[in-house]
Amino acid sequence: MTAELGATQLIIELLYLIASVLFILSLKWMSSPTTAQHSVWAGEIGMVLAIGGTLLNRGMNYRLIAIALVLGTIIGVPLGRVAMTAVPQRTALSHAFGALCVTLVGSAEFYLRTPDISRFMMAVLSLEVILGGLTITGSLMAAGKLQEILPQRPLTYKGQNLVNFLLLAVALGIAVFLVLHPEAKSLFPFMVLIALAFGVLLIIPIGGADMPTVISLLNGYAGLSAAAMGFVLNNKLLIIAGALDGSSGLILSIIMSKAMNRSFTNVLFGAFGQVQTSAAAGEEARPVRSATPEEAAAILSAANRVIIVPGYGMAVAQAQHKVRELYDALTKRGVDVRFAIHPVAGRMPGHMNVLLAEADIPYDRLIEMDEINSDFPQTDVALVIGANDVTNPAARSDASSPIYGMPILDVDKAHTVMVIKRSMNPGFAGIDNPLYYLPNTLMLFGDAKAFVGSIVRELSGGHG
Amino acid sequence: MNSSSNLINALFIFVLAGFIGFEVIRRVSPLLHTPLMSLTNALDAIAVVGAIVLVGEHKSTLATVFGFIAVVAATSNIVGGFLITDRMLKMFKSSRPAAKPAANSVAK
Repeated sequence: MTAELGATQLIIELLYLIASVLFILSLKWMSSPTTAQHSVWAGEIGMVLAIGGTLLNRGMNYRLIAIALVLGTIIGVPLGRVAMTAVPQRTALSHAFGALCVTLVGSAEFYLRTPDISRFMMAVLSLEVILGGLTITGSLMAAGKLQEILPQRPLTYKGQNLVNFLLLAVALGIAVFLVLHPEAKSLFPFMVLIALAFGVLLIIPIGGADMPTVISLLNGYAGLSAAAMGFVLNNKLLIIAGALDGSSGLILSIIMSKAMNRSFTNVLFGAFGQVQTSAAAGEEARPVRSATPEEAAAILSAANRVIIVPGYGMAVAQAQHKVRELYDALTKRGVDVRFAIHPVAGRMPGHMNVLLAEADIPYDRLIEMDEINSDFPQTDVALVIGANDVTNPAARSDASSPIYGMPILDVDKAHTVMVIKRSMNPGFAGIDNPLYYLPNTLMLFGDAKAFVGSIVRELSGGHG
Repeated sequence: MNSSSNLINALFIFVLAGFIGFEVIRRVSPLLHTPLMSLTNALDAIAVVGAIVLVGEHKSTLATVFGFIAVVAATSNIVGGFLITDRMLKMFKSSRPAAKPAANSVAK
């Protein structure tokens, strides 16, 4: 069949080829913010060519396709217009949609082809719907946790990993049986259902701090299932797009889990909550020093170099625009202000960069951890806004700490550290942060947005 | 049937595309990891072509219904994904054009 393509088929294949090139260019241009502006149009043109080419197939029911495309657009536009703070849950939701598409197409193909399916095809198809199925529910769970519809706290119970493992084993067992006996139609829905259930159970024990890794991993799964779908449909473009998406997700998850000093398996199968035993015990009465907005403003305006360390707390308090005002006020006074970005700060890869860029902070002021860490000793003030674990010096020194070994931002090496925090309550992970008790640390108690606002007011009112 | 040669071709494409993906994505600026994810998400929704064929060919009611829902889901990813990626990328601005009055403008 491949030997003699009809003219239409040839055109379609050529359009797919052009689309593949455009997709790769689109990703290549993401290497820097200056070229990234081209990424979107390259991707869009590729997409239009591919869809247009597909519509050239003869004898199609165009009316139904048009209705579906319009409906999808109606749903898609508001999803493209969400607030920047909602981007993590939007991303999780779109992973679910992508996986839904793949799973549905895979299921439909199974029923169309059974029992006339080669063993290899059945194996790939099973992979497609198992990966797709667990990504649907897993991503929905992640989106629910990020949107705070579901509790963000990790839920754990005894034998959790055993239950998950057994479920996956059953799904894979059914897959193997179907490979050998593709006529056993009635088993197929069970395989999908188990994959769906597995997705839910996989995300239940995962807490907020692990979300960047989990979202990346789900991204990778969505890509791999799409590539599997490409094998099933013998569609090269789909294989390429799936492989690109899959490698993107996997690379991001590797970066994220390295930034937490944890392995994949540890993120997925070892909830953070289980380890916390050591810290809190005998250390409650240690003194902390706190400061008022006036004092903080005075210290900041006397500084030459300031590094601001944003975290998820800044996103929750929607403080990024106030932070921008602070950046402006300090820059005007000749203070050198930069931002230190930890790879897992926030709830998804790059979360802090997007929020700060939204607030119009130039991207050349946003510095990655590895680049900026050596500058902390020469820094007058490190201002931590809503970040916790990524600044915890116990990760360097305390072998009993659950986050021991995790690369952190060395804020404690700055001359003065100021931490904006609601109270002394440890975060979700419940890990005590010795940073708060250091002699050079000042705690600024209050809501991030309100506190930064009052510092800005002091700076502009206090006359420079 | 030459399905086994199709399979080998497909495997070649998958492995090579995986390598390209790995090399290209490795070079993506960490600044842009969030838009990268929404972009790959939109590109991944190319799965819509498989769904379109399912709807268009109308081989069985089940296939058409599944295909229809799949087209809707994928299209919303394409539209939403490109929209938000574009919005995010437009937000990233450099300080260089604005930072003219700085004292050290002589250097570089």
